[in-house]
Amino acid sequence: MPVYYEKKQLVAPGDLLAEGDYVPGDSTYKENGKIYASRLGLVDYDGKRVHIVALKAFYIPAPGDLVIGKVVETTPGGWIIDIKAPHFARLRASDVVERSFKPETTDLPSIFDVGDLIIAKVVAYDRTRDPLLTIREPGLGKIMRGLLFEVTPTKIPRVIGRQGSMVSMIKRETGCQLTIGQNGLILISGRSSKDERLAVMALRKIEAESHTSGLTDQVNEMIKKEREANESK
Amino acid sequence: MKASKKKTKKDKEKKANKKPEKLIDKKGIRLDGRKLDELRPVKLEVGVLPNADGSAYLEQGKNKILVGVYGPKEAHPRHIAKQDRAVIQCRYHMAPFSVDERKSPAPSRRDVELSKVIREAIEPAIFLEYYPRTAIQVYIEILQADGGTRCAGITTASLALADAGIPMRDLVVACAAGKADGKLIVDLMDTEDKIGEADVPVAFMPNLNAITLLQMDGTLSIDEFEKTIGMALDGCKQIYALQKEALKSKYIAVKEAEEE
Repeated sequence: MPVYYEKKQLVAPGDLLAEGDYVPGDSTYKENGKIYASRLGLVDYDGKRVHIVALKAFYIPAPGDLVIGKVVETTPGGWIIDIKAPHFARLRASDVVERSFKPETTDLPSIFDVGDLIIAKVVAYDRTRDPLLTIREPGLGKIMRGLLFEVTPTKIPRVIGRQGSMVSMIKRETGCQLTIGQNGLILISGRSSKDERLAVMALRKIEAESHTSGLTDQVNEMIKKEREANESK
Repeated sequence: MKASKKKTKKDKEKKANKKPEKLIDKKGIRLDGRKLDELRPVKLEVGVLPNADGSAYLEQGKNKILVGVYGPKEAHPRHIAKQDRAVIQCRYHMAPFSVDERKSPAPSRRDVELSKVIREAIEPAIFLEYYPRTAIQVYIEILQADGGTRCAGITTASLALADAGIPMRDLVVACAAGKADGKLIVDLMDTEDKIGEADVPVAFMPNLNAITLLQMDGTLSIDEFEKTIGMALDGCKQIYALQKEALKSKYIAVKEAEEE
């Protein structure tokens, strides 16, 4: 039962990763007892599970995920939201409006209009139906201000870091609030545009160098340097 | 005297019309200086279009091809969506300036046929059943053509799909082989294709050892046909190595910059 690549080695679709008693994880597939790569990315072994951290992928919704989406349409029963997944998501009006919701009388565009950005949570999704969203939790709803940053969804775990170490460091060092959508959109809201720009710089660095180790410290250093340079001006 | 002069003039005209009498000289060297089993130089680049989800660019001899990929996303119009898998919308299009005489930009009968042929060649590589009710769009733009564009189109399209992060069983690579002046040759260019005896384009998934496209235009004996396929597959394997290199090079560039 050999393994053909080392941990963190780069593979392309079709590369043979392992043979025999292994379980295929993300971005891999098994055929005739052999595990192959299905995306470009870095190999990782987790016991018997072989998976790939893809360098580029698209978002597949999962119940419980926090996402940031854009309203693309209002319908009599609710809204259609683009969450950068293969399907548009739905947000029911009955989820947003309290009890007395009547499609004839309630003015839905006055709540969310086309083009509005919202923070929501995925309630249900199983590929046969469009994902369903909810905003009935604290912190969810329409985005009023801030800066939106986009990374490829597979890099979100890197942005969060181990037990949130990366994201809490950025929050602490820049003084910005970060809301991370699992679909790759990150909302940054800080006290000044200078702070926000600092957070954007940090995120850009993470995006470009997501595959390197010790990144949290590097980013921390970079932010401190930048801040000092700003203050001395 | 006069008669012979006329003859030379005619010869010159023939040359200007790009109809050489011999495609292969005595030493086995082809019109563009290649050996019988030699490919044209291939240059591949990935991620050249920031607006598309995935993209790739290829130069193979005088061929220049640009491919952009979108998706998987909501299928439009709605009725084309399949309930059990994703659909691929593939467009092969030759730019008006891609050939000697201006080609109408409207899709020709040939364009439509090649779109279908290329779609069916890349379909087996993609996990369509993972993304039901969606569409994956592949736009293949031939900027300059010099024979073998369907093969080069498949090679480029599969790279663009991999760049878009669409899960694939393997990269699809394609190469043609054929016969000209009674000799078997690989990677035919336009004149060899038009004047030669046969052209056999083959698309291939090397890791799975599966052929996804096989066509033949012209006549070959059974023995020649088998040899031709072997030559095309050898060509495919050479291009496959370049494909993987192109795909990985983007990432390696980042790594090297950091080590410096």
